[in-house]
Amino acid sequence: MTKRLPKKDVVIIGLGWTGSIMAHELTDEGLDVVAIERGPWRDAPTDFPPTYMQDELRYRVRHELFLRPDQLTFSFRNKIGQTALPIRSWGAFMPPNGVGGGGVHWNAETWRFLPSDFVLKTHLTQRYGASFLPEDMTIQDWGVTYDELETHYDAFEYLCGTSGTAGNLKGQIQEGGNPFEGPRSRPYPTPAQKQPWGYQLFAKAARELGYKPFPQPSGNLSQAYTNTLGLQMGPCTYCGHCEWFGCANYSKASPQTTLLPALVRKSNFTARDNSEVVRINTDRSGKHATGVTFVDTSGEEWEQPADLVILSAYSLFNVQLLLHSGIGQPYDPEKNTGVIGRNFTHQTISSVNGFFDHTKYNFNPFVASGSIGMCVDEFNGDNFDHGPHGFVGGGYVGHVQTGARPIESTLVPPGTPKWGAAWKKAVKENYLSTVKPGTGVHGSFYAYRDVYLDLDPTYKDRFDRPLMRMTIDLHDNEVKQNKFLTDKFAEIIKAMGAKAVAPSYRTAPYDMTTYQTTHLNGGAIMGTDPTTSAVNKYLQHWDVSNLFVLGASAFPQNAGYNPTGTVAALAFWAASAIRNRYLKNTGPLIHV
Amino acid sequence: MYDRKTEDCRVLQSIDVEDQGMGQATSQGSALRRRELLTGTACLLLGMSRAGATQILDRLPWEPNAGAPPTAARPGPWQFFTGAEARAMEAVADRIIPPDPDTPGGKDSGCAVFIDRQLAGPYGKQDGLYVRPPFQPGAKNQGAQSKDGPAEQYRSWLGALDHAVSLKFGGKVFADLPDADKDDILKGLESGSLTLVGADGKAFMEQAVKDVQMGFFADPIYGGNRDMVAWKMIGYPGARYNYLDWVDRPNERFPLLPVSIAGRAEWTPRTR
Repeated sequence: MTKRLPKKDVVIIGLGWTGSIMAHELTDEGLDVVAIERGPWRDAPTDFPPTYMQDELRYRVRHELFLRPDQLTFSFRNKIGQTALPIRSWGAFMPPNGVGGGGVHWNAETWRFLPSDFVLKTHLTQRYGASFLPEDMTIQDWGVTYDELETHYDAFEYLCGTSGTAGNLKGQIQEGGNPFEGPRSRPYPTPAQKQPWGYQLFAKAARELGYKPFPQPSGNLSQAYTNTLGLQMGPCTYCGHCEWFGCANYSKASPQTTLLPALVRKSNFTARDNSEVVRINTDRSGKHATGVTFVDTSGEEWEQPADLVILSAYSLFNVQLLLHSGIGQPYDPEKNTGVIGRNFTHQTISSVNGFFDHTKYNFNPFVASGSIGMCVDEFNGDNFDHGPHGFVGGGYVGHVQTGARPIESTLVPPGTPKWGAAWKKAVKENYLSTVKPGTGVHGSFYAYRDVYLDLDPTYKDRFDRPLMRMTIDLHDNEVKQNKFLTDKFAEIIKAMGAKAVAPSYRTAPYDMTTYQTTHLNGGAIMGTDPTTSAVNKYLQHWDVSNLFVLGASAFPQNAGYNPTGTVAALAFWAASAIRNRYLKNTGPLIHV
Repeated sequence: MYDRKTEDCRVLQSIDVEDQGMGQATSQGSALRRRELLTGTACLLLGMSRAGATQILDRLPWEPNAGAPPTAARPGPWQFFTGAEARAMEAVADRIIPPDPDTPGGKDSGCAVFIDRQLAGPYGKQDGLYVRPPFQPGAKNQGAQSKDGPAEQYRSWLGALDHAVSLKFGGKVFADLPDADKDDILKGLESGSLTLVGADGKAFMEQAVKDVQMGFFADPIYGGNRDMVAWKMIGYPGARYNYLDWVDRPNERFPLLPVSIAGRAEWTPRTR
C-alpha cells in the first residue's frame, strides 16, 4: 500500500546540478523543499578518496558511478520501422546515478552557448534562406535569449569558480579569450588553468594557421576559491582522473563542492536518497500536479504530495517520466503531432590522434585535468559562412586530452597490428608522445523529424513499464559538418609536428557501442508554441503549470558545446521566474 | 501497478551493485542509517532491515574513511578457469603480449589471472546489466544482445579452441604448439579464415585482445600488470594524484616510479 507523506511546498525529482540549484533558490525563498534522488548519497571525501579514485577499470570500464542498466535502460534503433533492441550495457553515453548526478563525474567543461544558438531557426533562415535547411530538420528558437540568460550563466560560473580567459567583456573583445563568445558582464572568477606543453604546441600551431586559440573554460579550478555561498574549493592537482571519476580534492565544481554543504544545513531542505520517482501525479483535470510517487530500495511505495513539482533528472529520464506519467501529448513522427519525445538530439563528436617522434617529444599526457585544453571556435555555430559548404551547425575543436589512463590511452599508429610483439613495441614507443584529444571535435546535433523518443512496444523495466525507445541516426548535414571540422582539426594536429595523424570521422549509422558524450538532449523542449514545445520559455510545462522541467531535455537542438553551463543557467533562469513571478501569481506564466 | 513480491530482491540487488563503491556514512543521527554492503545477501536481509533509502537533513552524512575500498584479486588457485582453460588462456595472453627482455608477457604479467578473476566476479555474470528477454539478433551498432555472459562465452571459446587445435595437430592443445603455429591460429581466428565449432572465433579474438590488454594496463590489484610492469614499460606513474609541479615542464621525463592503489611494486603479492 502506498504510504502518504506530509505535504511539502516543493518536491524536486533528482538531486544533480539543476535539482540542487533549484533547491537552493527555493529554500532561500522560504519554501519547504524535499529532493528525491534515485541513487545513493555521494560525498567527495567518502566516495572519491584520492587513495583509490584513480582506478580506470572500476570507474571508467565497469561504470562504478553510473546507473546500472538493470535498474533502467533504453531501447535503440536507427530508423522508424527497424526493431529497437535494449541497450544492455552502456556505450555511446553513460547515464548518471546518485546525488550530484552528472555533476559528479563530468569533466567540468563549462561553456556558454552562442547568442545565435538561442535564435537558431530565425538566424539561419535570415542569413541563408529557409531552403538552405534540410527539409526534415526541425530546429527551433528557444524562446529565451542569450541576453536574458547572461546573468544566470554568470551566477553559475561564480558558484563554480570557473577558470578561464574572457573573450568578450561587455562587447569589448579580449586578447587570449574566445572572440566569438557572447558578451559577458564580468571576467571569469578565476584565471585559466595552466596548459602543459602539448596543449601549448596546439595553440601555437593554431595561431600559425590564423586561428585564435583560447583555454577551455574549466570547472577544475586554477587556484583556491571561495564561492558565492562561502564554500571553499582547492586548486586542481592535474591528476588526470576527472571524466567518469569523482574529485576528492574539492577542486572540481560539483553539487557536492558548491551547493550541498550549504543546502543540507537549511532547516527547510530535506534530501531522500535511494528512492526512485516512478510517477508524477496529477489531479482529475490533468492540469495540476499533486506530487510524486516514489519507490525506495526495499520496494516500499510512497506518495509525496507537493504544491510545486520540479522535474530535474537527467534529460532522458525527464522525458521518460513525463511519458510514464501521461503528462503532455506524446510525439508522433508520422502525423507530426505531439511534443513529448520531439527534437531528441545528441552531439556529433570525433577526434584525431597525433603520433609524434618519441625521441623528440614527451608530453607527460597523464598530467591533465578534466577540462584542460586549448580550443578554437572559428568553426562553431554560425561563426563561419556555411554558404559554400552545404551544411549548418559546427563545433569547437580543441586539444582537450583529459588524462592518459592506460587502458584507453595506449594507442598505436595506423597500420600497427592489434596485438603481438609489434603492437607491444609500438605501445611502448608511443604512449608519452601521442596526442589523444578525447572529444577533439565537439559538434552540434540539430533536430530532425525522425529522431525522437517514445515508449518501446516490447521491452520492459524492473517495474514492468515499457522502456523508452530511442530512434536516432546521423543525418547528412551532421556527417558533412563532422567531416569538415575533423579535417580542420587534423590540419592543426599535423601542424603541431605529428609524424602521423589518425582521424576517425563520425559517420552514419549512429553507433550505440562507442562512447561519444553523455550530452543527450531534447524530448521535452522549450519554445514559444505549445504545439511544438513541451515547456514555455521559463521551463514551465504548458499543460501543468505547477510543473517545471529542467535540464538538457529542454534544448530544442544541441549546439556545438558541452551543455552543463547552459543547463545550469536555465535552472537559475527558471528559479528566478518561480521566485519573482510564479509564487506571486501561480498559474501559467505565458498565455497563448 | 508494481508487483513488489517479485521486485523486492531485484531492487535491493541492483542497488547493491551500485553500492560497492559507496558505503553510506551516517553513524550518528536518528534519521540516518549506515548502509551495509549487501552483496549476495540482499534477499536474506529483506524484512529484517530497510537498509537503503535515507533522509538527509541538517548535516552532511559524512564520516572519514567510510568509502568502500576496492577488493584486490585474491592470491590462490584459478577461480573460474579449469586447469586446461587456464593453460590455453595463458598461452593466448602470451601471444597477444609476448615476453621480451625488458617486459614480461601476458602470462607472467598476470593477464590470464585478471581475466579469471573478472569472469568469476560480477563482470562474468553480467551483474547489473539488462538481461531481460527477448534476445533478438540485431545490428552490431545496437550492442551485444547475448543471453550468455562473458563467463559462459569464454568457457565455450576456450573449449572450442583446444578442440580445433587437437583435430588439426594430432591431439595437441593450443598451449603445446610452437609460437609460430599459435600465432597462425590466432591470426586465422582474427581474420575469420579459421572457424571454431560451436563458437565464434572472431568474437573470441576480439574479446581476448581487449581483455588481455585491459588486464595488462589495469591496476595490479586486479591480478594483471604484476609489479606494474606495463606501467613501467610505458612510463605511466599510476595512482599518483598531484602533478602541480609537473604542469610546466616541457619535454621532461617524469622521474618517479609508478604506484598502484595497493602501494608500491614490491608490495604487490603474486596472485597465483
